[in-house]
Amino acid sequence: MSTDTRSEPRLAASPEGPVRSHRRLPRFAPLGLYLAGIALGAGLSALTGFSVTSTVVYGVILGTAAVYLTSRTVEGSRKGTDRLVTCLVTTAFGIAMIPLVSLVYTVLDKGLARLDGDFFSNSMYRVVGEGGGAYHAILGTLIITLVATVISVPIGLFTAIYLVEYGTGRLKRAITFFVDVMTGIPSIVAGLFAFALFTLLFGNDFRAGIMGAVALSVLMIPVVVRSSEEVLKLVPNELREASYALGVPKWRTVVKVVLPTAIAGLGTGVTLSVARVVGETAPLLITVGLITGTNLNPFDGRMATLPVFAFYQLTQPGTATQAFLDRAWTAALVLIIFVMALNILARLISRFFAPKTGR
Amino acid sequence: MAKRIEVSDLNIYYGNFLAVEGVNVSIEPRSITALIGPSGCGKSTFLRSLNRMHEVLPGARVEGKVVMDGQDLYGGDVDPVDVRRQIGMVFQRPNPFPTMSIYDNVIAGNRLNNKRMRKSETDELVEKSLRGANLWNEVKDRLDRPGSGLSGGQQQRLCIARAIAVEPDVLLMDEPCSALDPISTLAIEDLMGELKERFTIVIVTHNMQQAARVSEQTGFFNLNGVGQPGRLIEFNPTEKIFSNPDQKATEDYISGRFG
Ligand SMILES: Nc1ncnc2c1ncn2[C@@H]1O[C@H](COP(=O)(O)OP(=O)(O)O)[C@@H](O)[C@H]1O
Ligand SMILES: [Mg+2]
Repeated sequence: MSTDTRSEPRLAASPEGPVRSHRRLPRFAPLGLYLAGIALGAGLSALTGFSVTSTVVYGVILGTAAVYLTSRTVEGSRKGTDRLVTCLVTTAFGIAMIPLVSLVYTVLDKGLARLDGDFFSNSMYRVVGEGGGAYHAILGTLIITLVATVISVPIGLFTAIYLVEYGTGRLKRAITFFVDVMTGIPSIVAGLFAFALFTLLFGNDFRAGIMGAVALSVLMIPVVVRSSEEVLKLVPNELREASYALGVPKWRTVVKVVLPTAIAGLGTGVTLSVARVVGETAPLLITVGLITGTNLNPFDGRMATLPVFAFYQLTQPGTATQAFLDRAWTAALVLIIFVMALNILARLISRFFAPKTGR
Repeated sequence: MAKRIEVSDLNIYYGNFLAVEGVNVSIEPRSITALIGPSGCGKSTFLRSLNRMHEVLPGARVEGKVVMDGQDLYGGDVDPVDVRRQIGMVFQRPNPFPTMSIYDNVIAGNRLNNKRMRKSETDELVEKSLRGANLWNEVKDRLDRPGSGLSGGQQQRLCIARAIAVEPDVLLMDEPCSALDPISTLAIEDLMGELKERFTIVIVTHNMQQAARVSEQTGFFNLNGVGQPGRLIEFNPTEKIFSNPDQKATEDYISGRFG
């Protein structure tokens, strides 16, 4: 018996018990085998002139094979397959993380240079070289996004309410279809639409932040409709019936029972739809354009926005090239911070507004 | 203010599907009427047609008459919302509003309809309704906690409190105890005994002992086969139904010799 190292004596004592027992690999063995496979991959890569790519490719293949074969021999085929799939899933996750980590690192690395007070307090008015900032563009992005939200949320929310609570038959199907189509509209087309619309209404030279806001709304509305629709569908029908049974009319039921129950999901959806459009460049490029000074009136004149600011800093650097590049990276960094803040806000909304169970 | 309900030649449809056919019955005020029968024979459908909850489903409709105190509830000038204010309903699964506290749940019928009331009035109404539902002592210290934090039986009594807080004339209950344990079931049965002093109660139940224990009148629904409409086979005093029913089918069902 001294050779029996299995830790569960009961299983060991009754190999023909009612529940079949299998031998298990020690806890860290699969990880060790995988790393050994990677090391072997590095060796193999060194033979053909070392490179990171070939190390990773060889290493992942060898590591996965090592884990799978060992587990299959020792633990049996079901567990072996389980370990194989675990390896594949983990590898896929790792691959998906590479661009994200690399992007965050690069933007931080290059963007931190100009992440200073000047960047947030100065515009580009009369700046041709170093210095300057994106004060005007940050405010422009905030204002245009806010206007777009004010346009999109009521339209999107009311559409979703119609689809879930009232719509039947052909009109409902038609609206659902067109919302699907809208979801697929390329952003440049949304921009051209807004441009054409305002040119028709106000003539050729009209430029204003509202044009960009309308373009963004075209992109935002289908997202709001879709997310709100899903959330409203999740509200249990029992609650609507409970309300009807108390003699509450349908519209009051929607306003006072359905919407409050769904408020967390609605808030989250709206926040994420804002995050979706805040970084849009193309539609703003062709509608609101760019200026160097600060314009806070969305109904008159060009406005600066962060994405367009970054685009022009990058594509049309003046004589002080490095200063322009630095500003472009910092603008990108600020934009990423915006989006991240919106995502965190969405999580907080869903946490704080979720119905409390009180258990 | 309990009221009598007279149902005549009632056919109930889901779209083109005739679910319940030809119901004629008179429901007595200040008493408990139980509806029994196998699943799918249309008990819930019939119950929901009494307060016009049936028609909230798309395509659902009703033919025939439901007369309460001389007024046809399906008459052209009757607003279903008003009908539901007079005839309250308690559902099979307890469904308190998850966004509201216990207190707000009880007065939901008034709050949701924007009825203005003074704080002292609502306090009084909440206490009275919760006492009426035998729940006051259990929750009086945590009225501001969410209703969904209560046990299943307490939630069901909260739903009853919510239903009686709007002072209906009739209370419909669709298998109110089927999701509850025996203790909570007893609590609710006791409660029904008290409520029938003030309300007309119609209860659907799967539990024949329950029907025998609580009701004065019993109706037996049955259907001849899948896809056939359900019918009210027999309607008689509960004692008669359980000792000496008129119909063979009723006797078979009650003695368990069914299907
Ligand atoms: N929402 C609905 N749509 C279509 N048919 C329904 C619906 N609800 C119930 N039915 C049908 O109506 C019949 C009666 O159902 P129901 O009243 O729920 O029976 P019970 O409550 O007696 O078990 C059944 O045949 C059922 O399939
Ligand atoms: Mg039922």
